[in-house]
Amino acid sequence: MNGQSGAATADVVVIGAGLAGLVAAVRLAEAGLRVVTVAKGHGSLRLSPATIDILGYGPGRVDSPARALPGFAAAHPEHPYALVGPGLLDDSVRWLKEHVDTYRYVGDASANMLLPTALGVPRPSAVVPETMAAGDLRGAGPVLIAGLGVLKDFHPSLAAENLQAATAAEGRAVRARPVLLDPPGGPADVGAVALARRFEDAAFRAAVAARLRAAARAEEAIGLPAVLGIDRARSVWTELQRETGRPVFEIPTAVPPSVPGMRLAGALAGRLRRAGGRFVLGAQVTGPQLRNGTLTGVRVSSAARVTPRACRWVVLATGGLASGGIDVDSSGAASERALGLPVRAPGPGEAAFLPGYWDDHPMDLAGLRVDGSLRPVGPDGEPVYPNVFAAGAVIGGARPWREKSGDGISLSTGYLAAEAILKEAG
Amino acid sequence: MTAQQPDAIRGSLDHCVKCTICETACPVAAVTPLFPGPKYVGPQAERFRGAGPSVDASLDYCSSCGICTLVCPQGVQVAEINSRARAVMKQQRGIPLRDQLIARPPLQGKLGTPVAPLANLMLGNRLVRLAAEKALGIHRDAPVPRFAGRTFRGWARRRPAPAASGTRRVAYFHGCSTNYFEPGLGRKAVEVLAHNGCRVVLPRQGCCGLPLQSNGIFDAARGYVRRLAAGLAPYARQGYPIVATSTSCGLMLKREAREILGVEDDDLRAVSGQTYDICEFLAELHQAGELKTDFRPVPLTVTYHAPCQQQGHNIGKPALDLLALVPGLTVIELDRACCGIAGTYGLKREKYDIAMQVGSGLFGDIRAARPDLAVCDSETCRWQITHGTGRTSVHPVDVLHRAYGLS
Repeated sequence: MNGQSGAATADVVVIGAGLAGLVAAVRLAEAGLRVVTVAKGHGSLRLSPATIDILGYGPGRVDSPARALPGFAAAHPEHPYALVGPGLLDDSVRWLKEHVDTYRYVGDASANMLLPTALGVPRPSAVVPETMAAGDLRGAGPVLIAGLGVLKDFHPSLAAENLQAATAAEGRAVRARPVLLDPPGGPADVGAVALARRFEDAAFRAAVAARLRAAARAEEAIGLPAVLGIDRARSVWTELQRETGRPVFEIPTAVPPSVPGMRLAGALAGRLRRAGGRFVLGAQVTGPQLRNGTLTGVRVSSAARVTPRACRWVVLATGGLASGGIDVDSSGAASERALGLPVRAPGPGEAAFLPGYWDDHPMDLAGLRVDGSLRPVGPDGEPVYPNVFAAGAVIGGARPWREKSGDGISLSTGYLAAEAILKEAG
Repeated sequence: MTAQQPDAIRGSLDHCVKCTICETACPVAAVTPLFPGPKYVGPQAERFRGAGPSVDASLDYCSSCGICTLVCPQGVQVAEINSRARAVMKQQRGIPLRDQLIARPPLQGKLGTPVAPLANLMLGNRLVRLAAEKALGIHRDAPVPRFAGRTFRGWARRRPAPAASGTRRVAYFHGCSTNYFEPGLGRKAVEVLAHNGCRVVLPRQGCCGLPLQSNGIFDAARGYVRRLAAGLAPYARQGYPIVATSTSCGLMLKREAREILGVEDDDLRAVSGQTYDICEFLAELHQAGELKTDFRPVPLTVTYHAPCQQQGHNIGKPALDLLALVPGLTVIELDRACCGIAGTYGLKREKYDIAMQVGSGLFGDIRAARPDLAVCDSETCRWQITHGTGRTSVHPVDVLHRAYGLS
């Protein structure tokens, strides 16, 4: 036996553990590459309702993202969707449905469902957890919105009243009736996660099912806050439908934490671990590791020092302004924090913000410019590093909160970044 | 993240956006209503803490596992804020005798080692343990270690001059537990390092003060860690990597002494930057192509649990990369946050049940995997895992030692 081995390095470092980073990491790891995901903390995916919103508004409400996207992309040539073709978007959705195997998703880009929010607003979304799908308000019958008394983040009367008014204003009133249940366990101050853990207990579940059976009318679908279990959400939801004999759907809660977000993030992270992917949590990438101008790795700060971590490719999925992937300092200058890549943003002297809160602020679009393979480019349009790819909200040019496009952008660009690397890896 | 100045620790609470990610990850809040969660007692309550008496009894139920800091996407040092606030509270309310005793491993070691058979007999005696629970509040079933009877340093003094021809100089920080309870681990660490061409020196060293810190006895903890840093600093300044097998004590040197105890001194700074967890050190050797991989097959199935304090190094899980090099070894990565013990937390009468509940998911996964060995980097976690599962638990270095054919 010989004594020495070759250098052990990762093939890919993925920076960020949100939807874009996890999708890229899982895809790469399952293709056999050695993937290390470096993340400052748990990603914001755990705070999201975990629906895959592809395009909800453009600017009017979108019925079919698939039909709307070509025109939307043409009208927004700097938008990430201008780089992601419809075929690739569909592939990425199909991939997600196959890979989130503990928690099934339904729907595709051909049509948006309209799901009620916790405030009773119909929200367009294309690909949704099966536990939410029965809440689709398109042609819905009457619904019973059931609150759980111990949960202070969900108010059935508010949701039901708003929902009825909002659907009536659209000319297709959905009859919504509230009920406030009193589940076992007393009036303690319980949050969504604690309640979701209780739902994994059979006796608790049975007690809630019995109360729902008594409260629901024969024709009603039952809406509940999205707390129906964490790891065992499928079986909790299935059992509640069986025990009540009614369609049951979850409504994402309005304030964090988000139990569905924890399920999706957990499913993808578990998948990544099983594929041999590694996580480095609580660490930040402080810059590129360069040799003669070539990126040979990233510099990672740990508890006591900054250490280079060698890799062949980097996926940068640190998020946008809201997640800190893009920073704006007190002088209004925008920068990309991990690798110091050039950011497209309003420059000094240019208007960054408009007077109205809801205006389309130029700073909203701040982020990286990328080429067709999602390589960040400089002002000359050339890739800064041939082996760095961006995914998710760090790419500029979108207003995801207005367009309801954030999940679709993250999913499809995470998928595409992995594809670009896999092509090079051969 | 790299060590921050003390003021920046408290100041980090202003980055809290109340996203609750820490609350969803907290292993203690998940099992008991006695702890309302890290955000609640941390960045939220900290704003109301002033000079007056502390009103937070719930803070005492924080186990200091540090997972809240680890998962926070905003960089809020929740665990550090909570540890400091708890020390203030405990100083105001008085430190129980029990906490004074269990926080001093050198005292236990010096008293127990010469009379190890008797001490072990007593620790295993039901009546003695019942009495200790009544009189002191140490839970009768809590996993306490056994004295080895001989110290690691005693072995090191007698060991033949190392044959290693290597030129890489390494200072080994063995810690109290290796010295008094698991001297075999120290021997294996030295032999694995020597096998990789390291000349291992053993600086004079005592306790890092971590148990004192986690019991809120900060003044004594500062004294311990300053003395330790003074002993290690000459080596650090000569460029020796300081390699630790006790992952939590290594973390104390890397950042907790500064971030939690607020120790600012040049010795500690020099030592921090040179301190490595042993798996981190060996994995970096491997990355440089300098780790020996003349491993023999080890046809065993092992589980690997990365302890909370190991995760606090922010280096991922280098043990997995090392174990993956061993032919024939099947490694099952466990995805559970905490075993519950959190150093001395799970020893305490009022916290034992909470600690066992925190660990129950991990114990269940280990029992289901039916491993030959449960691998884990931290000594108190290994004792807890064995207590909770009946399985033998070893440090990753133990497996490498076998694979190198040194055992």
